[in-house]
Amino acid sequence: MSAPPSPDEGLAAAELAAKYGLTVSGARPSLFEYVRQLWDRRHFILAFSRAKLTAQYSQAKLGQLWQVATPLLNAAVYFFIFGLILNADKGMPKEVYIPFLVTGVFVFTFTQSSVMAGVRAISGNLGLVRALHFPRASLPISFALQQLQQLLFSMIVLFAVALIFGSYPALSWLLIVPVLLLQFFFNTGLAMIMARAGAKTPDLAQLMPFVMRTWMYASGVMFSIPIMLEDKPDWIATVLQWNPAAIYMDLMRFALIDGYGSSNLPDHVWAAALGWALLFVVGGFVYFWKAEERYGRG
Amino acid sequence: MAEQKTDAPIPTVIADELHIVYRVNGAKSGKGSATAALSRIVKRGEERGVRKVHAVKGVSFVAYRGEAIGLIGSNGSGKSTLLRAIAGLLPAEKGKVYTDGQPSLLGVNAALMNDLTGERNVILGGLAMGMSREQIKERYQEIVDFSGINEKGDFITLPMRTYSSGMAARLRFSIAAAKDHDVLMIDEALATGDRKFQKRSEERIRELRKEAGTVFLVSHNNKSIRDTCDRVLWLERGELRMDGPTDEVLKEYEKFTGK
Repeated sequence: MSAPPSPDEGLAAAELAAKYGLTVSGARPSLFEYVRQLWDRRHFILAFSRAKLTAQYSQAKLGQLWQVATPLLNAAVYFFIFGLILNADKGMPKEVYIPFLVTGVFVFTFTQSSVMAGVRAISGNLGLVRALHFPRASLPISFALQQLQQLLFSMIVLFAVALIFGSYPALSWLLIVPVLLLQFFFNTGLAMIMARAGAKTPDLAQLMPFVMRTWMYASGVMFSIPIMLEDKPDWIATVLQWNPAAIYMDLMRFALIDGYGSSNLPDHVWAAALGWALLFVVGGFVYFWKAEERYGRG
Repeated sequence: MAEQKTDAPIPTVIADELHIVYRVNGAKSGKGSATAALSRIVKRGEERGVRKVHAVKGVSFVAYRGEAIGLIGSNGSGKSTLLRAIAGLLPAEKGKVYTDGQPSLLGVNAALMNDLTGERNVILGGLAMGMSREQIKERYQEIVDFSGINEKGDFITLPMRTYSSGMAARLRFSIAAAKDHDVLMIDEALATGDRKFQKRSEERIRELRKEAGTVFLVSHNNKSIRDTCDRVLWLERGELRMDGPTDEVLKEYEKFTGK
């Protein structure tokens, strides 16, 4: 054997490791330490999300113009189907309904794409997970951040739509910032939960589009929940209105659209928005961290 | 402890009865049909539809500071898997790996994106390896010069997908080799680029070796093992077949492979 004889002869591996202060490779750090490591990687998280965003359209002729064109086309399609064909605008004048619909589509898409990116955050980046060492939560957080930046592009379209339909910048527009922030926290938490689930069961990536579509139709993206469910028992509308997607959508509409007053919001809506955000971002983070050492097993 | 002699070897990596098992979904029966998948779900076995690949079986060794260790063995003998386990990137099924600090694999390929310019990839790759922005800024020119990407025009501002495979490999190596490591693991990185670049990268690896505490090198090239390593671990079918000085092990290995 090549190892020269030493006073350590005969020590068991664990004792030898303890003597020289070696630590178990790939062990899960404490929650506090994990947060610190994550903070150290903040530049990587940001750079990764921006790189993904840029790479997305780099092969297209129109390039980054698609960042704005994609949400615009999306809104146009939904307006064509729900506004013109199905008349889902019940009781809302056109100048409220169109911004109402567009806001709904964009805000929900923000959550939807964060979930879809979250499911693949680990399972779709196994190469990265197996090659480099970094706190794995960087990935779902980075993907949620990418979606936030994507949404900021959509906001340009949204502002234009609001202006065209007679909602002008007012103080209430400032509320957009806290709403976006809270929704971003909610999405990040959800993305971390989905990332852990998707790492264990990659099949979720096939299943989630259906779950998300159900959620979308149940959250009143293209119709007002209380009006649509008038003849149904009250509690159904209440439950639907309190679901996080509906809460963030309604708050955004309230902030942005002149004709969409506080009478459309459920009670304690800000508390609910904050509660959902905190519950998911903290819960999701702890849930994700608990499996930290197991990501990458395949 | 009693007084420590200065020349007593200090362990940096300890592998203790290490087992690594890969799980592969949907490969159990070899039948990929939908009905086969369904019956796997319905039949509640111990682990449905999952085939296990036992890649590393009970490997133990102690590596010391200042050693350069070569890992040899035929394809699929578990060399790369063992490196990943030491780096803490693959969880162990049984047994443990103890390390001094954070061992790192030399390689950033997975973090780089073909649609981005070489410039942005240098930054992204550096950040992914855990370098700070200042460190990257400091080394940026060095990385670009080393890769030689700009020798034939201003390629660093073009997307990486426009590079030839050799150019891309050179840039990847240059980024990966820009960081100093305590325990460094190199997985057949020597064979990239043209002859000129190979020479340059071998030199860089020797430099890294000097700075690093311990180096692991996986290679099928017995010459580069002989040049860089003073100890060799020979893996075969996931088991440690031999562990000793380079010459002894390589002699046996060459006899085994019939060279």
